[in-house]
Amino acid sequence: MANVETASQPAQRPQKVPDNYPVIRVRDVWVSFSDHPVLKGLDLDVKRGEILGFVGASGGGKSVLMRTIIGLVQKQKGTIEVFGHDVDKLNENELQAIERRWGVLFQHGALFSSLTVRQNIQFPLREYLDLSERLMDEIAIAKLEMVGLPAFVAEKYPSQLSGGMIKRAALARALVLDPEIVFLDEPTSGLDPISAGEFDDLIKALQQTLGLTVFMVTHDLDSLHNACDRIAALADGKIIATGPIEDMLKSDHPWLRAYFHGKRASSRLNGKKG
Amino acid sequence: MRRDFEGKGASAEIVGLNPRYKILLDEVQQTNTGKDSEEQGDHSVAGKLSVLGEIVVGFVKDTREFVQFLGASVVSAGRVLVRPWTFRMTSVVHHLDRVGFRSVPIVVLILFLIGGILAQQGIFHFRKFGAETYVVDMVGILVLREVGVLITSIMLAGRSGSAYTAELGSMKMREEVDALRVMGRDPMEILILPRMIALIIALPLLTFLGSMAALAGGMVTAWIYGGFSPEIFLERLRDAISWSTFWVGMIKAPFMGAVIGLVACVEGLRVQGSAESLGEHTTASVVKSIFLVIVLDGAFAIFFASVDW
Repeated sequence: MANVETASQPAQRPQKVPDNYPVIRVRDVWVSFSDHPVLKGLDLDVKRGEILGFVGASGGGKSVLMRTIIGLVQKQKGTIEVFGHDVDKLNENELQAIERRWGVLFQHGALFSSLTVRQNIQFPLREYLDLSERLMDEIAIAKLEMVGLPAFVAEKYPSQLSGGMIKRAALARALVLDPEIVFLDEPTSGLDPISAGEFDDLIKALQQTLGLTVFMVTHDLDSLHNACDRIAALADGKIIATGPIEDMLKSDHPWLRAYFHGKRASSRLNGKKG
Repeated sequence: MRRDFEGKGASAEIVGLNPRYKILLDEVQQTNTGKDSEEQGDHSVAGKLSVLGEIVVGFVKDTREFVQFLGASVVSAGRVLVRPWTFRMTSVVHHLDRVGFRSVPIVVLILFLIGGILAQQGIFHFRKFGAETYVVDMVGILVLREVGVLITSIMLAGRSGSAYTAELGSMKMREEVDALRVMGRDPMEILILPRMIALIIALPLLTFLGSMAALAGGMVTAWIYGGFSPEIFLERLRDAISWSTFWVGMIKAPFMGAVIGLVACVEGLRVQGSAESLGEHTTASVVKSIFLVIVLDGAFAIFFASVDW
């Protein structure tokens, strides 16, 4: 897994940023909602080409951090660098150039309900590129098949799809511009275990083949075990630990012990051994 | 019950309980241990005053937000003017069809009826003074200056403003607005601007059609009740009204459209997560836009009176 970082380097990247520099670098970020602090001086690095699983208690600020990085939530303090650029110092065009290089999968998919799946997937293409209709149709179908959806889904509206299909379609949309980072907000929640497992495999396959960097907010212990290279745990507004799953399992921190050795986690581990 | 006893210093024990129920009882025991919440509602004078204060603060906040939003939409319109190729023509036409074209039947029908009612009431009352012919003046001036634009605006606030709020609100709920933003697209430019432009274009057109329908309604009623033939009605109408009467109504229309669109979009984007919130903001959108339309109409009336139109 470690060699993926060096093995797959997408081309056309600005040269001034060294390759080993974190793709996302969050320093001392404070976010609060009406005087209630959610993130309290949080630091986090996401390395190029890794799948980072981000865990934390419900309502603890996982999604808030993700939304802060992608610019939907205002931070009170701190810096966020994406691809080595401080997002606060970029002008509109530069920011847009960065936004083209990431894809976001929201918790509930957030497909545009007034458009069909095909139009949804083509939306970023239409906005940013000037392609022929035929090429765009081909791309849409290709992306759909890549995320494991049959081609007939393309002409359906999001309201006609199941939750799992919506998530896959939304992932296809997030991937359509061949981004370098994908943000996933609880990608496997609400999916049955088989679909969730397939989703993990899919993410992993994409990471290995396309060299994606994946930032995944998740509660799914199976995802953490199977897909993630590294895990960052959030508690009380700060990152309390980062490292591969083995480190998390060994950690003495009470919250981590409760999380990874709780009833659900240990039954899973035991099940695996037995 | 047990807590009540314990609170008074006694201890209570429950005996002979099925273990199954004991689990349930323990679970209940652990809930609600905190103090009763303070949300009981304060009926004192100070409480009422604080409610009043909250309303005033809410009003100030609304005003500030509307002004901010108006500024943002003007900036976004300016940006589109500088880069005309980013203008969403398809979207504007789509919304124009929805708020404009499809509103025609209902607006025309309602204003036809209102014109008729005005004329009928006028005839009955003016007959007492033997001044029936002035009905034409009244209907003509009232419809063209005030009623046409006001009724059309109120109809559109109820029909299209609420639809805008509900659409934008559900998009907000499903994070579609956020999705647009992270794809580097300005929701203002894609969602708000086409809707506002459609309303600003549609309202004057509908006002025109509606006013004509109201005059026709008045004419028919005057024929039936007052015995004026359409030729006489039109003759009198030509004497009674001038171009300025017509323009006073029409000038107001685009502003009304802008206000309705503004309120509808602000309320739509204020929707938070729940279905209840969606309903709340849709209601607020209709109530506030009708209120503002009437206030604006009053302001225009003062303005036109002072410039002597």
